[in-house]
Amino acid sequence: MAREVAVPLELEEERPERGRPLRRILLLARQHPLGVFGLLCVGLLFFCGLFAEVISPYDWNDIDFAHAKEAPSFAHPFGTDRLGRDVLSRTIFGARISLLVGLVAVTFGITVGTFFGVISGYFGKFVDSVIQRCVDVVLAFPPIVLLLAIITVIGDEDSAVRKFLANSTPMPEGTFLGVPVFLDIFVIAVGIGIAVSVGTARVVRGAVLAIKENVYIEAARAMGASDARIMRKHIFPNVAALVVVLGSVFLPIAILAEAAISFLGVGVPDPTPSWGADLTGPNREDALRGVWWPVFFPGLALSLVVLGFNLLGDAFRDISDPRLRGGLGGGSGPPRGGL
Amino acid sequence: MRDYIIRRLLLIAPIMLGVSFLTYATFNIIPGDAAVLTCQFNCTPETLHDIRHELGLDQPFYEQYGNWLGGIFQGDFGKSFFGGLPVTTELGRRLPVTGELMIMTMFFALILGIPPGVLSAIRPGTVVDWIARFTSVLWLSVPSFYLGILIIAFGVIWFGWTPPQFGVRGTVSFFHDPWLNLQTFFFPAIVLAVGISAVIMRLTRSSMLEVMRNDYIRTAWSKGLRERTVVWRHALKNALIPVTTIIGLQIGALIGGAVIIESVFKLNGVGVYVLEAILRRDLLVVQSMVLIFAATYVLANLLVDLGYAWLDPRIRYG
Repeated sequence: MAREVAVPLELEEERPERGRPLRRILLLARQHPLGVFGLLCVGLLFFCGLFAEVISPYDWNDIDFAHAKEAPSFAHPFGTDRLGRDVLSRTIFGARISLLVGLVAVTFGITVGTFFGVISGYFGKFVDSVIQRCVDVVLAFPPIVLLLAIITVIGDEDSAVRKFLANSTPMPEGTFLGVPVFLDIFVIAVGIGIAVSVGTARVVRGAVLAIKENVYIEAARAMGASDARIMRKHIFPNVAALVVVLGSVFLPIAILAEAAISFLGVGVPDPTPSWGADLTGPNREDALRGVWWPVFFPGLALSLVVLGFNLLGDAFRDISDPRLRGGLGGGSGPPRGGL
Repeated sequence: MRDYIIRRLLLIAPIMLGVSFLTYATFNIIPGDAAVLTCQFNCTPETLHDIRHELGLDQPFYEQYGNWLGGIFQGDFGKSFFGGLPVTTELGRRLPVTGELMIMTMFFALILGIPPGVLSAIRPGTVVDWIARFTSVLWLSVPSFYLGILIIAFGVIWFGWTPPQFGVRGTVSFFHDPWLNLQTFFFPAIVLAVGISAVIMRLTRSSMLEVMRNDYIRTAWSKGLRERTVVWRHALKNALIPVTTIIGLQIGALIGGAVIIESVFKLNGVGVYVLEAILRRDLLVVQSMVLIFAATYVLANLLVDLGYAWLDPRIRYG
C-alpha cells in the first residue's frame, strides 16, 4: 500500500479518504481484529481503574450476611462472596489495585533502571563492570523467588524501606484513592519495581552502548558538554522510545506479579480487593464447595487483562514489522510459481 | 569447546558468591530478632542469651556469613528456627516431589509446544495456524494459579473429583503406586506446562518460518523429498536450536511456577516449604532455599548454554 506517493495538491480533494487518520485506523482495525479486542481489554482495565467508585454498583467492602454466597443474579451480576460482598464491585475495584501497583512498579522500575543503565553504558569500564555484575547477580534469581525475597524483606512491618517510604516520601497515610492502607500497596509496587529495574538496566545499557558511538556525542563532547549534560540531552532522548516500549512490556508482567504474590499470601493484605488475593484463602475453600463465582470472576478479569496486553503487543509487532507475520515467505510445500 | 566450558565454570564462581552474599545480606537487614521468634513463650534473658549463642547470633556479621557459607559447602544448610529440623532433611523429603513435577512439566511443555509450533509454521494462514497461535496467546495469558484453581473447583463441582492429598507425608512414589502418582502430578504439571509450552510454541513457529526460507530447504524440495523428510529431518533440527535457549530461560519460570502450583495443589514440595518459611519468617530456611533456587537456575542455564554450543557447530566461542 503505497501511502507515501506524492499526490499533487489539487488531486487531494478528489480522494479525501486517503489521508484521513480515522479511516486508516479503521483499516488497521479490520486487519487486526484480535488487536482491537486486546485494546478493548486494556481500555476496560484503565476505565475500571479510573472510575471504580462511579461504575461499581456497591461498595467493595459492603458486608451483608443476609445475602452471602448468592449465585450471580440481576442484583449481583457476579454473585456475592462469603461475607455478602458484591463480587462485581470487588472485581472492578481490583482493576484499580492492579493498575496502581502496575503503574507505580513500572514507573519506579523504569526510572531507576534507566538511570543505572545510562550510567553503566555511558561510562563503561569500571562503572559498567560493577553495575553489570550486580545485575548478573540479581538476574541469577528466578523471578518469582526474587520477588518473594524482596517482598519478605521490605514488606516487613518495621522494615527500613517501609519506614522510609512512610516518612520521607509524600505518602498519603491511611486511605487514599479508596485503598485502605495505601502504604502496603506502595511497598509491594516498589518491590516489583526493583525487579523491573534490573531488567531495564540491562536493556537500556545495551542501547546506550550503541548510541554513544555516534558522531554527535563526540561533537557534543568537543563543544565542552559535561558528562551529565550529554547523558541528559543527547543519550536519554534517544533511549526514551525504547524505555516507553519497555514500560508497556513490563506493565502486564507487573500486574501478573502482583496477582501472583497476593495469591501466595504475601502481597496485598486481606480486605483490599486484589485479583490475586481473591483467588485464595476462604474464597478458594468456598469454590471447592460449589461457590465458584468469587474466584472465577477476579481470575477471569486478570486473564483478560493479560490477554489484552499480549494481543495488543502482537498486533503492534505485526504492524511495525510485517515480516514476522505468518503469511509471507514461509510455508511448506515445494515452492510454487507465483506464491 | 573445553576451554569454553572451563571459562564458563570459572565465571559461575564469582556470580554464586555474589548471589550468596546478596541473599545473606538481604535477609539479615530485616529487623527482628530470630532468638525472640524461636523461644516463643518461655523467654527469659538467660534463655534468649543461650539461644543467641546457639544460633551464632552473638558473632559479628561477617563471621555469621562465613559460617553459613562454610556450612553449605559441607552440605549443611542450617536448621529451621521452628522445630529445629535441618533444611537438608526437609529437602530430602521434598525434592523428589518438586523434581518430578518439574520433569513432567518440561515433558508436557515440549509435547504441547513443539508439534503445534511446527504445524503452524508449515501451514501459515490456515485454520491450524490460527488455532495454534490463538491458543498459545491464551495459555500465555491465563495465570497458572487461576487455571489450577479452576481445575480443582470445577473438578469437584462437575465430577466430584479432587486431586489426591497426602498432607505432611509428601507424596506416593512413582515406583510404589504409579497410577496414584500420575494422578497426583498430571494436573499440576499440565497447568504449569501450558504457559511454558506457549512460549516454546511461539518460538518454534517463528524459528521454523525462518529456517523454511533457507536455500538448503529449497534444495531439499527440488530433490523431490517428501514433505515429512524436509520438515522433520532438514528444517526442525536447525529450528530447534534457538528453542533450547528459551528452555533454559524458562527454567526460572519453572522454579517460580513450582512455588505457586505446589501451593495450589497442596503438593508438599520445596516451593511450599519456602512459602511456609516466608509466612513464618523462618529466615534461615528462606535464605538457604533462595540460594539453592538461584544455584539451580544458574547451573541449568550453564548446561543449556553448553548444550547450545554442542548442538550448533557454527557457534564458536573464542
